[in-house]
Amino acid sequence: MLRRRPAEGPFALVHRSRNTEHLHCLNEIAERSGLHRGMTLADARAICPDLITRPADIVREAAALAALHRWMGRYAPMVARDGSDGLIADITGVPHLFGGEQDLRADLHARMARAGLSVVSAIAGTRGAAHALARHGGGIIPEGRLVDKIGPLPVSALRIDTETTQALGRMGLTRIADLITQPRAPLARRFGSGLILRLDQALGHQPEPVAAETEAPHFGVRMTLPEPIGLQADVMAGLTRLLERLCHTLGQHHMGARRLRLDLHRVDREIARVEIGLARPMRNPERIAALFSKGIADVEAGFGIEAMRLEAHVTESLPPEQIGGGQAMRHEDALADLFSRLGNRLGFERVLRLLPAESTIPERSFLLAPAAYSEAAPPPPRTGPERPIIIFPPEPVAIRGMDHPGHPPVRFRWRRMQFTTMRATGPERIAPEWWLIDPDWQSGLRDYWRIETREGPRLWLFHTPQSPAWSVQGEFA
Amino acid sequence: MRPEFVQEQLFRLRSARVHEVEGRGRRAFALFQAAHHAGPLIWILPPRARHLPMLRGLPEGVGQRLHVIRPITEIDLLWTVEEALRSPAVGLVIAEPSSQLSLTAGRRLQLAAETGQTTGVMLIREGQGSNAAETRWHCDPIASTDIASADHDSTLHHWSLNKNKKGTTGSWILHWNGATAAFNLVSEAGQRHHAAEASG
Repeated sequence: MLRRRPAEGPFALVHRSRNTEHLHCLNEIAERSGLHRGMTLADARAICPDLITRPADIVREAAALAALHRWMGRYAPMVARDGSDGLIADITGVPHLFGGEQDLRADLHARMARAGLSVVSAIAGTRGAAHALARHGGGIIPEGRLVDKIGPLPVSALRIDTETTQALGRMGLTRIADLITQPRAPLARRFGSGLILRLDQALGHQPEPVAAETEAPHFGVRMTLPEPIGLQADVMAGLTRLLERLCHTLGQHHMGARRLRLDLHRVDREIARVEIGLARPMRNPERIAALFSKGIADVEAGFGIEAMRLEAHVTESLPPEQIGGGQAMRHEDALADLFSRLGNRLGFERVLRLLPAESTIPERSFLLAPAAYSEAAPPPPRTGPERPIIIFPPEPVAIRGMDHPGHPPVRFRWRRMQFTTMRATGPERIAPEWWLIDPDWQSGLRDYWRIETREGPRLWLFHTPQSPAWSVQGEFA
Repeated sequence: MRPEFVQEQLFRLRSARVHEVEGRGRRAFALFQAAHHAGPLIWILPPRARHLPMLRGLPEGVGQRLHVIRPITEIDLLWTVEEALRSPAVGLVIAEPSSQLSLTAGRRLQLAAETGQTTGVMLIREGQGSNAAETRWHCDPIASTDIASADHDSTLHHWSLNKNKKGTTGSWILHWNGATAAFNLVSEAGQRHHAAEASG
């Protein structure tokens, strides 16, 4: 059981479910004053008015349990989660390494207490018995005394649902010992085979192995330095070592890093963080180190850096590739390096590529997508009326002379220059996409014209017949 | 030498150098060069630029190779140009610096271009170039005065080479419609003759 104790006095984490707030987790003092898990907050407040509460963060709690799960590997090779708040380890053949079961449990408790966690643990011959005892006081059940020890525990300790517990209660069967003495057949008929299975598992009549789930690989490495360092070259040297280890791990799992984070722990307990992104998944130490150099140069080392931690927190699958695949591949690598460098200084959202989009609206006929997170796509074939090479937001033109309805202006001014229309091609009518509200298209339909001017430029003008005005939106080659 | 060969060589930029283009038609010239260069293309827009290359209007084969970089400041722009030029993977770098290029900046860009064997085209405003430029072009779209032809896709350009460190200058009128890499020189005797005289 995992319990945090960050405050003095009674403290509880509160979780809101089904419109009421329940105590999710509470500390020892709160427990001693008569509170228990699952109690509503209102009841808890009535019993213990000075209870301090905080909302529970289920996600982070699970992450903390996962970290503990990893740490438990020091006690046994097979560790699994047990419910939302417990861990179960198969310590068969292990205790003598720690000097016996007593010492193992004492060691576990000492280490947990040092970490500020109050835990309850139990060692038993079966998984069910260990589960039951861990949730009801904890302790060690010696060989052969299983029935004596778990007999006095309530039936709810058997991992059965509340309905069955209540039904058993009505029958007067409240302790496990009561169940053991009952004939099995009527029990199974009345409460289903689930109860018998749980009972057998607790007593060891049915096997129940600890299925240790495969752990998600963790791409993080750390290094503690004997002496604080402050020189940029030293940090880079440390980083190179970390990167080598990290890239080796990444390689084993066929993964490539997409974002990396380097934490530099300073002597004064401050943490300087350098984060970089990569234009594509990569696990090449030299090329990644080059991207860190600028960020590291900006770090204030203070009195020195005593520990470094490097983590690839965003990874993508990167199967092994044949290296030295000719010039094309080298160029691809070089381009990815360039985009990584540009992206880390300018931001990856400023290194873009043009992608075709399904829209007749000129502004939306293509997308600007970050080059690092998209694949190049061939533009659609050139069909229909010609399009300009450069597009910009519409700029109004001032019309000089007579305005002939339905015809482009003969003379107009745009960007403080005078233009005379020599030849006009059009109109091409484009209707706004009514399903999207676009303030630029509030003026309604547009009639686009390609205007060749006597002055040279070939412009893309449009007329909005619903609110008469002329604007320029592009320039042709 | 066959005439077509000469024509093909005419607007070829010296590789691994940085060139400058000014005038109203400079973006068209840059795209013309993009169509004539293989490999990835990088277009670095000026900070807070409102214009964009329009995918459907670009010459054939340019759209999928083009990358648009939008730096925030002028300093970032110069840094980006240098980094892009230094990368051996890039085919052509097009950049639009919005202020005068200093001689130092120009030299640094030339060195970067030599390191990466990449060609660069700076789209500069009139008179804002640097002396380090390999060539400087002045490009203008011009109207086809030949009304009689009634040819609707007449896209004439007047491109003149005003500065050339390792060769002659010149002035050409050509027809390029912006859709493919192909172009036609307009044989305008007077213009050609005049250009030859000027360069000689």
